[in-house]
Amino acid sequence: MRTDLAVIGAGPAGLAGALAAHARGVRVTLVDAAPAPGGQFHRQPASGLRAARPQALHHQWRTWTRLHAALAASTVRLLTDHHVWCVERVSDGRADGFVVHALLGPEQERSVELHATALLLATGGYETVLPFPGWTLPGVVTAGGAQAMLKAGLVVPGRTAVVAGTGPLLLPVATALAAAGVSVAAVVESTGPRRLARYGGALAGKLPEAAGYAVRLLRHRVPCLARHTVLRAHGDDRVTGVTVAALDAQGRVRPRTERFLPCHTLAVSHGMLPHTDLATTLGCRLDGTAVAVDDQQRTDVPGVWAAGEATGTGGASLALAEGHLAGRSVAARLHGTPYTPAPAAVAARARLRRAADALHRACTPPAHWTDQVTDGTVVCRCEEVTAGEVREALGLGAGDLRSVKLLTRAGMGWCQGRICGPAVAGLTGCRLTPPRRPFAQPVPLGVLAAQHRHEPRAEPTPPPAEEGPS
Amino acid sequence: MGESLTCDVVVVGAGMTGAACALYAARAGLDVTVVDRGPVAGGTTGAGEGNLLVSDKTPGPELDLALLSLRLWGELAQELGKEIEYDPKGGLVVAGTPRALTSLERLAAGQRAAGVRAEPVPADRLADLEPHLAPDLAGGVHYPQDAQVMPALAAAHLLRASGARLLTGHEVTRVLRTRDGTVYGVRTDRGELHAPAVVNAAGTWGGELAARAGVSLPVLPRRGFVLVTEPLPPRIRRKVYAADYVADVAGDSAALQTSPVVEGTAAGPVLIGASRERVGFDRTLSLPAVRALAAGAIRLFPFLTTVRAIRTYAGFRPYLPDHLPAIGPDPRAPGLLHACGHEGAGIGLAPGTGHLIARALTGHATEPAFAAFRPDRFPDAPHQEDRR
Amino acid sequence: MNPLELARARPGPAFTVEFDGRRVPALPGRTVAAVLWEAGVTSWRSTRRGGRPRGVFCGIGVCFDCLVTVNDRPGQRACLVPARPGDVIRTQEGTGHAD
Repeated sequence: MRTDLAVIGAGPAGLAGALAAHARGVRVTLVDAAPAPGGQFHRQPASGLRAARPQALHHQWRTWTRLHAALAASTVRLLTDHHVWCVERVSDGRADGFVVHALLGPEQERSVELHATALLLATGGYETVLPFPGWTLPGVVTAGGAQAMLKAGLVVPGRTAVVAGTGPLLLPVATALAAAGVSVAAVVESTGPRRLARYGGALAGKLPEAAGYAVRLLRHRVPCLARHTVLRAHGDDRVTGVTVAALDAQGRVRPRTERFLPCHTLAVSHGMLPHTDLATTLGCRLDGTAVAVDDQQRTDVPGVWAAGEATGTGGASLALAEGHLAGRSVAARLHGTPYTPAPAAVAARARLRRAADALHRACTPPAHWTDQVTDGTVVCRCEEVTAGEVREALGLGAGDLRSVKLLTRAGMGWCQGRICGPAVAGLTGCRLTPPRRPFAQPVPLGVLAAQHRHEPRAEPTPPPAEEGPS
Repeated sequence: MGESLTCDVVVVGAGMTGAACALYAARAGLDVTVVDRGPVAGGTTGAGEGNLLVSDKTPGPELDLALLSLRLWGELAQELGKEIEYDPKGGLVVAGTPRALTSLERLAAGQRAAGVRAEPVPADRLADLEPHLAPDLAGGVHYPQDAQVMPALAAAHLLRASGARLLTGHEVTRVLRTRDGTVYGVRTDRGELHAPAVVNAAGTWGGELAARAGVSLPVLPRRGFVLVTEPLPPRIRRKVYAADYVADVAGDSAALQTSPVVEGTAAGPVLIGASRERVGFDRTLSLPAVRALAAGAIRLFPFLTTVRAIRTYAGFRPYLPDHLPAIGPDPRAPGLLHACGHEGAGIGLAPGTGHLIARALTGHATEPAFAAFRPDRFPDAPHQEDRR
Repeated sequence: MNPLELARARPGPAFTVEFDGRRVPALPGRTVAAVLWEAGVTSWRSTRRGGRPRGVFCGIGVCFDCLVTVNDRPGQRACLVPARPGDVIRTQEGTGHAD
């Protein structure tokens, strides 16, 4: 398959980018791992469930219907159930380009190649959850995970839930769960009300939305505990309740404020991290944990653009603006015409980025969250590495996330440190640097080997003295 | 310039070789400081599989050093075996064709004469050793002395056992020399360390450190990729690799070369190597390299076809033009010793190297073992072409 | 109110899958994880080291905590894989691979 522009990710940023470039005459292929477009934000109920009123679980429904209609009316080629596991830069002698390698889901036993002249990485993000005793119990889920299961599967994890952590996801998730019949025992937000209010100016755009949630939560009689935190989740084979406590102004647990809340589900969120694996493999520069881009959403690798959460988390509206501007820039580059930014999108991007920055400053996890992480607490869920083992690595000479991983196995498992990275960084004081993950998805060895056969034989192998295994 | 420390020897490099040098120097009674610009095992040590091998070495000085090192690893395992995941698992080299088998058996005969245990395994007995091997192989040789450690843990625990002062995050900017050329310490970005001896255990960056001492040592990086699979039950017991290369004779190519090396680990994942490319310090994924690795591994163990790779990474083997390490005092800079350039064998050769360095530090550098590894055996020439 | 009512879902006829030897009803389109949640099951994996139960955590295919064996294929992400009629789903013990 060949295309002018390959857009990786069919969420708001990818959709906006694909449509903007397509509207300017670019041949676009939009690739996504899910069975349908929309990304996490506009995730739709599975078609087999035939939901007549999916908007009951969605925000900005009109935006979605507009995007969806535009996509349907376009000739953008949509490849769903395509799990991109690697992107390569190639040169065919005439021009540089890219090969997108995707496993076909859900089996993921076959890989296809998409050749593209330009790439837009709209890979989105995933949630950060910091560890606490009991967080590996079944029934403890990410807030976004609970929401994804609800939006796509129309299913809830249990009759009673606590929603906890910090950040803009807590209120919508609590509201959605309550609307779907779950009894939400509490929303536990570690940031204090005054701190949230201090950033009110920048949050102005979000306030009506927040007020709406508050009203609905009130209607469902959901108590909101600001400046509180979950100390631990209880249960043997699944969560049966949580202990919460109040925090002081410094983010320390206030003595004698602990209380027990019974629940079947604990939905937690401590923020978001961008998906940067493909960008790093291509050699794109990162800015902290996000892909660095210029005002046209270009990365520092020619031919590669990035937009949405991959360039820093900021929500769906910001992703739309960034994606749109990226699509225009791609079209300008491919046609050799001048880039003409849409003033409204440029203004929206600036405003929404300021709001996102303010929100990030307001909604940080409690300063002393590591105090609650006992040495026996599992930190790396995949390899079952405890906080004690992670702390001990420092004494052995570890100095960054990679050396902690090498000495403890934290981050070596199935998820490749995506989940435990922030926790290990926090516990060790090491900087959170996304490692290189050349495989963005696990890939069967048989898939790699089958591709080997298409390639010309490597030249003769060298003499034994240098052909050892090591 | 905060600190200024004095000790008997400064070891530059907190990888496997530096750790072994520190351990044996400390056990010889010296006050040792180890300095590294990164953390422990931050370079090639952290990218390796932890091979302690005799099977891949032809008779000569490197094999002698490997045999000495294996004996020392055995001693170290008595005290640290569990912490460093020492596993005397043995190696199995298999041949795909009768021709390759003939070459392999010839190599094994030479190794036996040099003191290696190398036991021929006929085709119909391969499955006794490795039940999941492909059924159509011509035969193999079993090397019971081959073993494995977890290299990062080995470096960290040898360093801890040495009792040496460890300064991570200190980059050596210059090796200090008096007017008459004698080495008296190092300057780091955070102060000076004074010592009458400095050991260059900087691995792939050993050439650069040598340059900071004003001498030339042509250490170059040779890239290798490793594929790591999802965790599996213990199905591959030994280190298993193909001997087909023995039948080939080829030049010293810079292009991609691969030969399958497959082994299980205690933690579950199977590790698949080994590719070689001379591309400087470029970590960019090479799909052709990892495809060749996967194909080679499946040829040996067909069950791997449906097993998923969850990670791949590159490391850089430090090599010298004649593929032997530089070990011992540098006559061009009195007080400077080198312990680098072990290519892909650095973990296995570390204790022998450390032992030799400690002998040199205590005035026994005249032993014949040093002759082959003389650091000044290369002509002084610029060697920057492979650098990035 | 339940989520199906809230979204006014009118799914096609339910089918059954097998989970650890028992029959579990499934609605078309739902993932294995959603089917198991609906049936009140929250864990379907036991870890390699500690033998601890695990189920959905991230819900979007990132964390690999919800790995499960479906039709003898181990290591499937229950949150991504749609349930199909007749699927035989088993709790994944350890690596999920036979020794």
